[in-house]
Formats: sequence, C-alpha cells, structure tokens
Amino acid sequence: MSWHRKHLLDIESLTAGELTTVLDTAREFKAVGERDIKKVPALQGKTVVNFFVEPSTRTRVSFELSAKRLSADIINFSADASSFQKGESLKDTARTLEALNADIIVIRHKAAGAPHFLARFLNAHVVNAGDGAHEHPTQALLDVFTIREKKGNIAGLNVTILGDILFSRVARSNIWALRKLGANVTLCGPSTLVPRVFEQMGCRVTYDLDEALANADVINLLRIQHERQRKSMFPSIGEYAHLFGLNRTRLAKAKPNALIMHPGPMNRGVEIKSELADCDRAVILEQVTNGIAVRMAVLYLVNGGNADEMNA
Amino acid sequence: MADPNVSRTVLEADALVRAWRRVAHEIAEAHTAGGAVILVGIQRGGVALAQQLGETLGSIYDQAVAVGSVEPGLHRDDLSQRGMAELLPTELPGDMTDKVVVLVDDVLSTGRTVRASIDAVMAFGRPRCIRLAVLIDRGHRELPIRPDFVGKNLPTHPDEHVELHLSEQGAPNTVEILSL
Repeated sequence: MSWHRKHLLDIESLTAGELTTVLDTAREFKAVGERDIKKVPALQGKTVVNFFVEPSTRTRVSFELSAKRLSADIINFSADASSFQKGESLKDTARTLEALNADIIVIRHKAAGAPHFLARFLNAHVVNAGDGAHEHPTQALLDVFTIREKKGNIAGLNVTILGDILFSRVARSNIWALRKLGANVTLCGPSTLVPRVFEQMGCRVTYDLDEALANADVINLLRIQHERQRKSMFPSIGEYAHLFGLNRTRLAKAKPNALIMHPGPMNRGVEIKSELADCDRAVILEQVTNGIAVRMAVLYLVNGGNADEMNA
Repeated sequence: MADPNVSRTVLEADALVRAWRRVAHEIAEAHTAGGAVILVGIQRGGVALAQQLGETLGSIYDQAVAVGSVEPGLHRDDLSQRGMAELLPTELPGDMTDKVVVLVDDVLSTGRTVRASIDAVMAFGRPRCIRLAVLIDRGHRELPIRPDFVGKNLPTHPDEHVELHLSEQGAPNTVEILSL
C-alpha cells in the first residue's frame, strides 16, 4: 500500500506503486457497488465539491455517485450558473468554495494546470477531473483498471490509442499510466492530430492503421474533439471515418481477443462502426461502471493522504 | 524479528492449538445446527484462524462449515486520524438471513475493529445473530463489546503489543508480547 498524496493532479508524477495502490483499492470498491447496499461510511461527514468550469455530464455524475457511495456530502458547482460570468477570478471562486468547508474539490477546467494552481493555495484536497488538453487522471485509471481486470496484467500488453491524440487529455493520462505499468503503446490517427513528439513519451507513432492494429491486445478509440479544434485538422468527418474508423476488417488485424475501449461520448459511424460498439469485445459500458469504483478509490485515498507535494 | 530484550513469548503452539480447538467445541455446543453457522474472519489476522476453525468445526458437525472474510477498513471510526488503510476483500458466503455469523479475530483489544466489522457485515444482510470468537483477549476495551468465545485471556499493559504468529498451515504458533 503506497499512497500519501494529498491531491490527485496528474498521472505523470505518480509511481507505478501508487498506480497499483489505486487499482487495488478500486477493486474492493467495485465489490461495494455490486452489493444490495452500495454505500460505505468511509467519508461520512466530509464535503466534496464538484467544481466544473467546463461542461461535463458523465464525469460529474460519476464523481457525484462515487462521493455518495462513500457517504460524503457533495454539491455541484458549474460555471454556467456561477459567478464567473459576473467577473470573479478562479482563485476567488475556489476560496469561496473552500469557505463552505469543502474537504475535497474536484475540478474540471479548460485551462491546463488549473488543478495544480488551486492545490497551491487551498487547504482542501484537489482532484483533477480534466484540465484542458493536459490530463484526465481518473479516466486513465479507469481505463487501466478495466484492462487489468480483463487481461490480468498491464505489463507487456500492446495498447493502440487511435484518434485525436493532440487535443486529448485522455490520451496523455493513458500514455503515462500505461508506460509506467509496462505496456507498449502505439498511437495512430491523422498526422495533424498525432505529432511525432509523442515518441518522447515512449510511444510508437504510426499513420498506418493496419500497422497500428497488428497484434494489439487493446484498442482505445478517442473521440474527435471538435470543441478543442480552432481550425480543421483533417478534411472531413467522412474521410476520417474512411481512413481511421474501426470496422470488422481492421479489427481482424488485432489479436482475436482484443478489447475495444472508448471513453465516450462516442460517435457511432465515425471512430467506430456501430455494430462493433455493441459487440462482446467492446468494454465501453464496463468502463463507465469501473469509473465509479476508481473515483471512489481516489476520493478515499486522497482524503487520507497528507503529503502536500505542491509545498514539498 | 522482534528484539529479544523487549519481547517475550507467552504462549506456545500446543497451548494455542488446544485453546482454538476448545473454542470450536464451544461454538458447536452453543449452536448445534452446523448448517446455520457462518464463520467470518476479520481482515487480516482473523482470516487464517477462521479457516482453521472451520476445518475443526466441520469435523465436529460432520458437514462443511461456510467460511468468509470481512474488511472493517471502510467502517472504522478513526479513518481521519490513521489515514486510509489498505482494503482487503470482503467475501461473505451466501445469504446470511437466519444464519449465525461468528466473527473471528486473532487479538481482541479496544473492540473498535469488531464494531466496524459488525457494521460491514450488516451492510450485506441481516443474520439471525452475530457472535464473536477470538484467540486472545488482551483487555483494554473502549466499547461495550464482549467476546462469546475466547481462546486465552492475556493480561497486558496498554503500551505493550501482542503479536500472534501462525504456522505455514495457518495454525496458531506462538504469541509474543512486545514492549513498545
């Protein structure tokens, strides 16, 4: 058991041992979710604030349910209903939330580094629920948890991440987690969205989908993030689907028991053929279920952590 | 290994094994229907002892006794002070309705772990009753909790630490008292 951190800000700074602690803890919380009584009193009396300065439904709901299953009180604070439009700064808003005696602040923000910024001056525990195109730690943890549950181990697996890598915080967090746990990571997509610079993170980069899928144990499909692209990075959705969409013929290149993953929301017919999204190799809905277990583990662990790496 | 200057072995394997076998007989005497008894070891020290107890009880009843485990960690009252504990599996065998759940632990002291374990079991269902069997009762209770079956009462000083060592087969081997 190795976990002393006060915050979960990114995957990059975690050790393999810390990642494993989260995954092992999540396994026990998954069992809690499968019981008739899906609630434990571990965070009784604690207050969690979902501070979402960027629209999100599934991550917010997942954190909300996780906190409730730990018996914490949780409130949702979203940007559209907030004082940002009245001109309050991020720092003042966060301080206001803390003045409500929040113990844990879960933040989603469009600016990379926003959670690190808050962790520097807040006493509360800070959990990154996605910061710009930087990281989305709990998504990577739930992806790795799902892979480990299905494959038994991470080390030595061939994982192919396909799609919009450049704008994807999910990709970055996944790459860090998978590399630390010993997987071989291949990235593939349009060259404008998969720059070679990712090779520095220890990944293989290829623009040939068949090559990327050859011998894959896991295929993780990422959505094209229209909202993060200021200019068009590829000619058309139709062309993307034609060149990089997953279909049966392409899937046949991967190992016969390869998992198909997708963080959602998915665009059927674009990154994945509809029939494949519903086939028995797709674990997309299990990822959602596992997200709650993993987020329960994260809330539980940071609540007990006291090492303030921001001030260390 | 403990420093011999500050530790002393107070109970040896023979006495412990005999005491634990007596506990099995006491449970069988109090609960004559073997099929109604479920042994639940408290993580982590009680789990191997529950297995041992289950084997002895099985031969007394002449039928297999269900054995499970419970993790008290999420129900502890000192989570904020101690930090988060490692979580081990809770595995309760089947429906507990109308069953006698016997919680099993190695060393009973404050009673707080037992309190948390009772709550953890209750989250799974409503047994007919819950009993408590411990190999060592060292005293210093902080809650109104009393064991139903005790292997050995062991008077200790609050500053001392009681450590039970098991054999490779999971049978009780020695009990040491360490002065901290």
